[in-house]
Amino acid sequence: MSKNIILCGVGGQGTILASRLIASAAMKKNLPIKTAETIGMAQRGGSVFSHLRIGEDANTPLIAKGTADLIIGFEPGETVRQLPFLKKGGAVVVSSRPVMPVSAMIGKSTYDANAMLTYLKENVEHLTIVDADQAASDLGSAKTLNVVLLGAALRSGELGLGESEIIESMKERIPEKLWQLNFQSLNWSS
Amino acid sequence: MHKEFLMGNEAIALGALAAGVNLVAGYPGTPSTEVLETIAKRNPGNVYVEWSINEKAGMEVAAGAAYAGARTLVTMKQVGLNVASDPLMSLEYIGVKGGMVVLVADDPGPISSQTEQDTRTFGMFAKVPVFDPCSVRDAYEMIQEAFEVSETYGTPVIFRATTRVDHGYEALEVKDEGEYKNNRPEGFVKDSSRWVIFPRLSVKNHALIEQRNERLSEVFSQYPRNVILWEKSRKERCVGEELPVCHEEQDRQGCRRGIATQGANYGYVLDSKQDGDVRILRVATPFPFPEKLALEFLEGLDEVLCVEELDPVIERALTYVCGKYGLAVKIRGKKTGDLPLSGENTLEIVENAICRFLGAESKECSGEKAAADPASAKEPAEKNLLPEPPALPVRPPVLCAGCPHRASFYAVKTAMKGQKTIYCGDIGCYTLGNAQPLDMCDTCLCMGAGIGIAQGVFHTEPDTKCFAFVGDSTFFASGITETINAFYNQADLTLVILDNSTTAMTGHQPHPGTGRTVMGQAVEKVSMEKVLCAIGLETVETVDPLDFQLSVETVRRVAAKPGVKAIIFRSPCIALTKPVGRSRVTSEKCIGCGKCIRELGCPALVLGEDGKKARIDTSLCTGCTLCEQICPVGAISGGMKNDTAKDDVIKQSEIRNDTAKEGAANE
Repeated sequence: MSKNIILCGVGGQGTILASRLIASAAMKKNLPIKTAETIGMAQRGGSVFSHLRIGEDANTPLIAKGTADLIIGFEPGETVRQLPFLKKGGAVVVSSRPVMPVSAMIGKSTYDANAMLTYLKENVEHLTIVDADQAASDLGSAKTLNVVLLGAALRSGELGLGESEIIESMKERIPEKLWQLNFQSLNWSS
Repeated sequence: MHKEFLMGNEAIALGALAAGVNLVAGYPGTPSTEVLETIAKRNPGNVYVEWSINEKAGMEVAAGAAYAGARTLVTMKQVGLNVASDPLMSLEYIGVKGGMVVLVADDPGPISSQTEQDTRTFGMFAKVPVFDPCSVRDAYEMIQEAFEVSETYGTPVIFRATTRVDHGYEALEVKDEGEYKNNRPEGFVKDSSRWVIFPRLSVKNHALIEQRNERLSEVFSQYPRNVILWEKSRKERCVGEELPVCHEEQDRQGCRRGIATQGANYGYVLDSKQDGDVRILRVATPFPFPEKLALEFLEGLDEVLCVEELDPVIERALTYVCGKYGLAVKIRGKKTGDLPLSGENTLEIVENAICRFLGAESKECSGEKAAADPASAKEPAEKNLLPEPPALPVRPPVLCAGCPHRASFYAVKTAMKGQKTIYCGDIGCYTLGNAQPLDMCDTCLCMGAGIGIAQGVFHTEPDTKCFAFVGDSTFFASGITETINAFYNQADLTLVILDNSTTAMTGHQPHPGTGRTVMGQAVEKVSMEKVLCAIGLETVETVDPLDFQLSVETVRRVAAKPGVKAIIFRSPCIALTKPVGRSRVTSEKCIGCGKCIRELGCPALVLGEDGKKARIDTSLCTGCTLCEQICPVGAISGGMKNDTAKDDVIKQSEIRNDTAKEGAANE
């Protein structure tokens, strides 16, 4: 089994933790793993992405265009931005909730998030749209969007990892007082 | 040995610890920062670690320890090496006793830097040997070898990695603490003929350095990480594997084309899907260039494509070798337009360049660039062809919601409205003050430069109100000398220090104003106010930028005074405090004027459902209350500034060490 996975979103949305959870789950299965992350200035509200290559002896963590098995999108527009990386027939899990750039709020640029979701519906065969607002209101927190999306990715079958490994990694990386909320978040989309 | 999932910078740090490093100094800068932080976190207890106030100080501390026989590491980003270049240039003439590795992280792209300078070229200029790792595992092993080379030849060496290695992650086997080398420094041995740089010593050592580098070129030709992959042994090979020794005769005869590469590009070359008959040279030590190995690589070839980022270092070196030995091999790369002159390479760029280079012998090229070439315009069938997407959101980095810098900039902007002003910015989070709608950064050059630039503008157009913005860490790093210069030379400018009590952009490192060291020790704070007063400034005012009216009044009053004067805007970085009350818009009161959104550009302020009235994204709001203070009808309320911030600042090292350093996630 080998999987190329891309996580994308806006700086501050928690893509790095989600990427870390997947990586340590892959390690538990003794699978080779390489990842690349965006760290630095772009974390301040810019576009961020993580590339993960699991289960093959890749020479670089970067994923070539048209070869990603799965894109976990934290934001509709950012997901469209990364879509050229998806392989034909690949899966996309995307949060419905847009993050409006400041430039759009002050009228210096435009951003139509609904058009992004429509574009994804038209161009992705295996698409899961996660209603992030509903999830946040059910769970009482918007902070676990990353884990909600991770749960949906698990159920897409394209992650190539089991729930037990993800839960084990969560226990290692998340403080115990937040376990219950995160377990609920992981199962929210089921 | 045990297995860990490590970031490249963490692997470099663990490699240095395994090599028995005794002292580590550095200054934070993306993408280098995590090296020193990992040393601090994984310190077995006997390693001295410090964040120095700048790279020059760090270089000198490391050199002193290396004089005394310690193994030392100094860390910085590429532009940091400019600051540290003075000691490094001279240090090469003096040499070291203990192994000394200068870790410099280069930033092709650039993703978080002012320049795309290439430290390989710097090493050549400084005559200092350079190591260039290609993967996380390669970096872990190579830094241990770098210490050996440094110590054997008595020279500092540069260990230069790029973002994709520094911030790549891999699972790899690393040594246990018990396996670390135990290096006991001998101590400094007095010898003024060795340690004191004088012209006579310099000319003597200059010749010795040149001779040594000739020797190193030969040594590096045997270095197993400088490697030729002959076509037959290349298939299925992975970066970091044990090196195959199969110099097959048939390849020497049949192969006419070669690819020379380095660093992260080596992985791109190996992963690119071409299968033409091609020989590959990986250069792990760009300086001194492994000339003998290059000759072996060039033998029988007609053409070579150099795949590298930043400067065409390998391209120039191979062109030189061809000229020196009269070889009729065409060297291609950046100079011939085969690869881009600037920016970071991607898998696609490399794959397409190789594809065009190999021409008809390989499969069809893919991607945009190749499409220009009619011979290879056919798209492979399995490609995911997509229609043109809707306009993608534009997301330049912005100041965080609730960032106190926004309040400081807005106060200065408000106070100086209608006057002729220039706002000289600096390097740090506050560079983001240039974004719309604040637009409060007219110049930005390098760390500390804003003060000198403001002074220069003043001397040229004295009727302009000149402002120099600088951060707290930057003030200590390189703002103090500039302030003295402006004061002594009778400039008229307002120095604005944006003090958020941390080095925020690079992930919250302590500095002399924080009263804390990287090892968590509480120390005496260096007071900016006292420093400024000691210089002689008559006006030094400290104000909380989140008190908007007071801030505006302070700016008006201070800026009107003659000479050099300072305002310190002091409020902690939002990443170091927990919000206690978030602001809310009372919809009935909001008149939809849009002032808060239009003037502040805070990411937490968004348009409501009706597209007119303001709404606050409570997941982002920190309760800074700035919008509450500028709302003309008092429609926003509920925010509460966190006054317990100072305690949280103390905890910054723990925050930083958390793996979930984006902060917002799973708080």
